[in-house]
Formats: sequence, structure tokens, C-alpha cells
Amino acid sequence: MSKPLTYALLLTILMVTAPHAGHLPLWVSALCGTLLLWRAYLTYSGNPLPKRWLLMLITIASSSGIFISFNTLFGREASVTLLILLTTLKLMELRTARDAIVLIYLACFIIITNFLYSQSIPTALYLFATLMVILTTWVHLQTPSITFKPCARITSILLLQAIPLVLILFILFPRVQGPLWGLPQDAFASSGLDDKMSPGSLSRLSLSDEVAFRVNYTGDPPRREQMYWRGPVLWDFDGRTWTSGKAAQTTAPQFTELEQAIDYSVTLEPHNKTWLFALDLPDRISVPASLTHDFQVLSKEPVNTRLRYDVRSHLGYHANLHEAEWQIQRALQLPPSNPRARQLAEKWRANSGDDAAVVQAALTYFHQQGFLYTLEPPPLYANSVDDFLFETRQGFCEHYASTFVFLMRAAHIPARVVTGYQGGEFNDTGNYYIVRQSDAHAWAEVWLSGQGWVRIDPTAAIAPARVQSGLSAALPLMARNPPQWMRSLRLNWDTIANQWNQWVLGYNTERQFAFLTRLGIESVTWQKMVTSMAVGAGLVIALFALFMLRHMFAHRPDKIQTAWLKLCRKLAKIGLPRAAHEGAQDYAQRIATIRPDIADAIRDLATRYSALRYGMGQDEQTQREFIRLIKKFPSFRRMPESS
Amino acid sequence: MNLSLNNVIHQAEQIILGKPQQIRLALTCLLARGHLLIEDLPGVGKTTLAQVLARTLGLKFQRIQFTSDLLPADILGVSVFQRDSAEFKFHPGPIFAQMILADEINRATPKAQSALLEAMEEQQVTIEGVTRALPAPFFVIATQNPAHQVGTFLLPESQLDRFLMRIQMGYPDALAERGLLSGVDRREIITRLSPQLESAELLVLQQLVRKVFVSPALLDYIQAILRHTRESARYTHGLSPRAGLALLSAARAWALLDNRNAVIPEDVQAVLPGVTSHRLQVVGEYQKQSSNTLTRELIEAVAIP
Repeated sequence: MSKPLTYALLLTILMVTAPHAGHLPLWVSALCGTLLLWRAYLTYSGNPLPKRWLLMLITIASSSGIFISFNTLFGREASVTLLILLTTLKLMELRTARDAIVLIYLACFIIITNFLYSQSIPTALYLFATLMVILTTWVHLQTPSITFKPCARITSILLLQAIPLVLILFILFPRVQGPLWGLPQDAFASSGLDDKMSPGSLSRLSLSDEVAFRVNYTGDPPRREQMYWRGPVLWDFDGRTWTSGKAAQTTAPQFTELEQAIDYSVTLEPHNKTWLFALDLPDRISVPASLTHDFQVLSKEPVNTRLRYDVRSHLGYHANLHEAEWQIQRALQLPPSNPRARQLAEKWRANSGDDAAVVQAALTYFHQQGFLYTLEPPPLYANSVDDFLFETRQGFCEHYASTFVFLMRAAHIPARVVTGYQGGEFNDTGNYYIVRQSDAHAWAEVWLSGQGWVRIDPTAAIAPARVQSGLSAALPLMARNPPQWMRSLRLNWDTIANQWNQWVLGYNTERQFAFLTRLGIESVTWQKMVTSMAVGAGLVIALFALFMLRHMFAHRPDKIQTAWLKLCRKLAKIGLPRAAHEGAQDYAQRIATIRPDIADAIRDLATRYSALRYGMGQDEQTQREFIRLIKKFPSFRRMPESS
Repeated sequence: MNLSLNNVIHQAEQIILGKPQQIRLALTCLLARGHLLIEDLPGVGKTTLAQVLARTLGLKFQRIQFTSDLLPADILGVSVFQRDSAEFKFHPGPIFAQMILADEINRATPKAQSALLEAMEEQQVTIEGVTRALPAPFFVIATQNPAHQVGTFLLPESQLDRFLMRIQMGYPDALAERGLLSGVDRREIITRLSPQLESAELLVLQQLVRKVFVSPALLDYIQAILRHTRESARYTHGLSPRAGLALLSAARAWALLDNRNAVIPEDVQAVLPGVTSHRLQVVGEYQKQSSNTLTRELIEAVAIP
């Protein structure tokens, strides 16, 4: 095992395991790092590898350690950890070429395990580079006389040749949806909206730049002020926290006077919850989902992979004009706290003619009493609504929505809190909208007789810019405002990431069928796919084979050389093989000293061969004579007894 | 023509005993219009070889002993003011000869070394703004002592490249040494040597070398050698294209010496050690091996296509 090869193998293992370091138990990462350093030092100093019993001891101890850490040796975490640990340990007994080959195969396998944790473009590019290193090491292992640079060239050519095959397999391999190759349920850590809301929960979320979902409008997009993406609807208030609570019974939602239909498709990032986001109010959706009585769209399963769905919404609507009595009651319940707020609401009630006037009074109050829109409001205590209304007067959208709904209920107007997202960032390179966690928002809905549920956004009364142009416009100092070039870079990157999500990661059965149909394949079946895959792959391989064979035939020896090689074979049979580097004259000279009986014949043939092959153009006659002499040369001559 | 070449070789072998290979390589170098670097210990016959060749080929011989205080003017010549004619007259230096023996070239400063090396490359010298052609044929044999490196200036790799070949003399074998010890003083014999060739004849021979035929099959072989040195893990750098050209012209000259009008792989193999050993840098772990072993392994690693 040469030093450069050992270093290359160390680099291979380091590169392939490095992305795992973040989620392995700390002691495993530390142990693997130590082992790699130790192995590098042993190679550098030329010291012998550790004894077998010591390795056995480390292996047993660390495997038991993994079992203790995870309580199992199976499952994703434990088995990946075990695999990485054993692979690193394998380096410590790297003695023969066979060990090196095993390590290379293990490295290839560990590459795949990385995709269990991340499938982003940077990960894919990094692992591609790792694959380059692995294959270069492998080529060097097979042909040690070639240095790494030409090896890398060979590897690049190999990988380039593999591209058509990869494309064919990727496009045509039948996608079977099922648990067999689905990712584990917890594949994606998630952050996002919750089904409860307390002061501070949305302002924390709005600090995250993570993408919640992306939207493509089929026609013209609606105005920004209409982009309210409905998420969890919250009914129950305990004085501090809003929760969705449990509905005693369910009734179907009723819509009337629907207008302003709008079609769009949403690509939702996995968030491990069931709700699907849609504009108010959703009417039709392309995936199996139900519409609840408070107009939430709920998926059948938690969304734990990226999900794309088409929706039709109506921006103009009358929703639940005739609301059930028990719902009205539910929308009026209040905890027995916050006396000053109740007092204020009752004063409005007394002074106003109808419900709409009360709503207007509340909004005017917010607008005129010096309320401040901020991401970092001062803390609120036991009577959070009173504290906010009369003491601090600083809050984020959840404070306004919560307080507003409290005031409405206190004034006997049915109301509820709706959370979700508002607005989004337009990506002009990809022509779609990006909705991030920072666009998370909370607003209110009140039920007015004759109008049904009506959306009221109290935040719009304090900071209209939030609704019209987004958070960064409303809070220029609080929000991070990147320079223009960085913004466009981010948008371009998001466009690429979106394409990657749609076409590489999201290439499922439906996409596959749609794509193949667009290519002109009618009535796609998996039999057809397998057949065309086999034919396509066969064609590509045949093409490369043909190319290589032609390359080989281009160097086919001419008839003079063929004849000479025949003579060499004849001589090899009597124990006088020609070395590959041996010239004809030297060969003849060598044979002459061993076999004086054929010395003259061989010398003559060698001289003829040299002249024919390396001399200036020889006539046909001389060539034929040479071939004839070789044919005539007896294929077996016994060694003379004397020598 | 070739008869006279044989005479040259024969006469040289009478004096430099037991070194036929070195004599042939030196002649090859001369015929291929290259220059020769001999690297060996003092007293193994470097000077004698140069003197014998010069005598036998009828060339005007000059010896320059390189020392640390040698100046370029000492090699090239200098203009001296003539009192009687009241003008400067150029006194040509030892470089204006047909065969130069640059003894212990590594003892001189780089400045003096480069004066010689430039003359080798350009076949002319420019002194005080006047360019003067050097006589033809022009052949430099430089010697270098591989031991005792204190206070010397080793030729850098780029300068080594100016020499077509680097050879070693080596000790003579027992028989040759006995002949040497029992025979007459070599210096005395050299003064009695008669030229076997005119310098005009030598120029014609140098022309002939260029006409030696090279087949595509042989070029394949040379390219295979070059490619091997570039891809092999054992050399820091492979052979340059110039080294390839040097290999080819040396092989042509060797073929001519062997009375052939076409180059065969054996010719390439014969000149390969001399042409490549000073142009190839091996990586650490192979440095302990002798250059002979290394070139032999290079030859054995490349199959003749």
C-alpha cells in the first residue's frame, strides 16, 4: 500500500463522512477524527499498524457504545453511525489491495446515506466532488503507475460517459410509491406555524428566512393586500394563548356569491403538520384534502415530503352566512380576566349602532392611540390584553390580532384568530412567489350578520406597509435588508432550487407520466418504461462500445507486425519469450547466445523485420518473402542436448 | 564515409581502453550537433576522451579550466588597445575553437557558466556589440565532478537541458586497466595521432544524420516513452517536447554510426540513458536508486508498439 494511495483513501473517507459529523453522537465524531489522524500519522512516520487484538477491543467497545447511545443497532441513526465507525476502523487494517477495494465500496455506500439527511443542491454537488475523489482513488488503485492527475482525467471521462445512462435511468426507472424507498417520517426537521399562538410566537418565527412554500399563479396574481394564506384558525383563549380547540360537531362550510376566481399551484415545503395553505377562500384542490367548517384545508397525512398542489380560490365571497348557533357561542367565549378591556369594549358597544361600527371604533382606536408595530415588544403580564392596550402599546401582529378578537368578543361580536402567511416575495427570474416563515402573520375574522365571516386585519390599521409591501418595509430597522445584488442572487438561487425541487426531487409517478406523455409516449405503462429503459441503456452502451472498438481497430497491427508477433509466439513456446520492451535486434542477439542452432535464421528475420517496420517503404516482394519465412519457421525445435 | 567513422572509433578505442560505449555516445552527440556533459570523478579519462576525439576528427581543440574567478571575457575574448595603430584590437578567447573542453564547469560562477552556455545554444557570440560566428563544427564537452560540491555552482536543470547527453565514464574493467598501466603514456600517444576525418567531412556527416529515416512506428515508440514519463508516479515532471526531439536526433546519429539509414527502437534505447538521465527528476523514494537502474526501468516499462 503506497503512501499516496493511503492518503487518498484517508481523504476519501474524510470527505464522505464529514457531512455526517453534525448529527453523529459527539464521541463518535471525535473517535473517528482521532482514528483518521492516527492513521495519517502512522502512514507519515511509517510505523506499523496497530495489533489485531487492540482493534478488536476498540471495535467491540465502540459498537457497545453505539448500542448504549441508541438502544438499538438498527434504524437510520444507529446503523449510519455504526457504518461510519466501522469504515473508519477498517482504515486501521488497511494492508492489502482487497482492503482498499472494500473501503472504496463502503465509501460509495456512505455517499447514499448522506441523502437521507439532505437533498439540497449544495449537498449533491459536494457528494459529486466526493464521488470524483473516490473514483480517482479507485483508478489509481487499479493502475498504480499512473499519477493522480491523469487518474482524475480518466475519472472525469468515465463520469461524462455515465451521464446519458444516468439520464435514461432517472427518467424511465418506474417510480413506485410505497414504504420501500420512502424517506423516514422524521427526514425533515420543521419549523413553521403551530396550532397555538401566544405573544412572541409569530415574531420569533418571522426572524427565519426559511421558505414555507412557493406559489405559481396561472393568471394575473392578486393584489398584495389580498394575499392572505390561510393556516390554522384559533378559537379558544385562556388569557394568554390562543388554541384551535376542538369543535363539538362539524358542519360543512357554505359559500355564497363567490367571485374573482383565481388559479394557482403551491409547492409546500414539508412541515410535518396536516394543514395546506390556500388563499381565502379555497374552493377546489388537486390533492386529497378536506375543507373544515372554519375553511382550513387539511391534508389526510402530515406533509413530510415536498408537496405540490393546484388550488382554485375565490377572493370575493360570503362565508357561512347562516352560522350554527354553537359556533356563534364558541366565537364569543372569553376568560374572566382583563377588566379594563371589557369596559372599553362595552363602551363602544353602547355608543355604536351596529357591529360594523364597533369594528370601526376598534380599528380607529388602534390607529389613533399611538400603538407601535415592533418585533421586540416589552413583556406582558397576567392581564395581557389590558397590559397591551393601556400600558405598553407595542406589539407584533399576534398582539393586535389577539387583542382585537378579545375586544370584539367582549363587545358580543363573534370573532376568531386566523394565522397563516401574508404576502410573499416575487421572484422575477422564476416568475413565482416565495413565501417565507418571515411572512407569517395573524389576523382576525368577525361574523357579521348578513355578511358572514369577514376578514379584519388590525395590523393594517397600525402598519399598512406590512400588508402592502411586506415586513421589511414595515420594519426597516428591525428586519434585515440585504443589498439589491444580494437579493437578486438569492432569488436566482431560489429559482434553481425550485427547479431542482420540482424536477429532480419531486419527480414522482405523476410527473414521470406527464413528462413522458409530453415526450410523445402514449399510454405510459411501467412495462413500456422498463422496455424503453433497457433499449435506451443498451443503445448507449453499444454506442460507447463501438467507439472504443473503432479506437482499438485503428491501432490494429499491420501484417508485418502480425507476422513478427507470430514468430515471437512460436519462440515463446520453446521458452524464449520476447519482453515487451525488447527490440527485434536485441531479441535476436539474446536468442543467438542461447540457441546457436537457430541464431542465423533469427538474426536474418530480425534484420528483415527492423527494415520492413522501421525502414523506408519496402516493396511488396520483400514483405511477402518475410511473411513466407516466418510461416516456414518451424513452430517447435527441441533444445540441443549439449546446452 | 562510414569507413572513416569506423576508423575514428577504432583509433579512439586504442587509447581509451574498455570504453567503447562512451566513445560511441560522445560521437553520437557530436554527429547530432549536441553538446556533451561528462559527470565523473577526476582521473577516469574525461580529458583524454576529449583530446582523442579532437585529434582523431581533426578539430581545433581548446581547453578551458573553469575556476571560481573565471570571467566571461576569459572565455569569449577581449579588445585591447593597440598603441602603435591607436585602435582596439579584438583578441579572440578560447571559445573560438571547434572542440572545447570546459573542465569542471561547476566551479565557475553562474555568470561565466552562462557565457559558455549561450555560445553553445546560439553557435555565435556577441562581444562589445559585434556578433561573431563560432567555427563549425562546434562541440563542447563539459565535465563536472559529482563529488566535492563545496564552493561550486551546480548547473540548474534549465542549463542541464542545453546538453544533449550526460554520460558517466566509470572505472575501467580489470583487463583495460592492466592495458592502461602497462602501456605507453597516453599523452605521448595522443600527440602522435593522425586525423581520420576532415572537418568538412564531419559537417557532411552531420547533414546525413538529419536524413536518417524515422518511421511512424518509431515515433509511436518515442511518444509512448514521453507519455510514460508524464503519467508515471515516479517522476516529478515528465520529459519535455524538447527532450523528445533530443531523443530523436540522438537516435538518428546512433543509427548512422551503426551503418543504418533508418532508426530502430534499439537505437532509441541505446541513447535513452544519456539523453534522459539529466532531464528527469524522480520523486523522493526513488532518489536512492542509481540513474542506470532508473533508465533501465524506464526502458522496461514501455512496450515497443
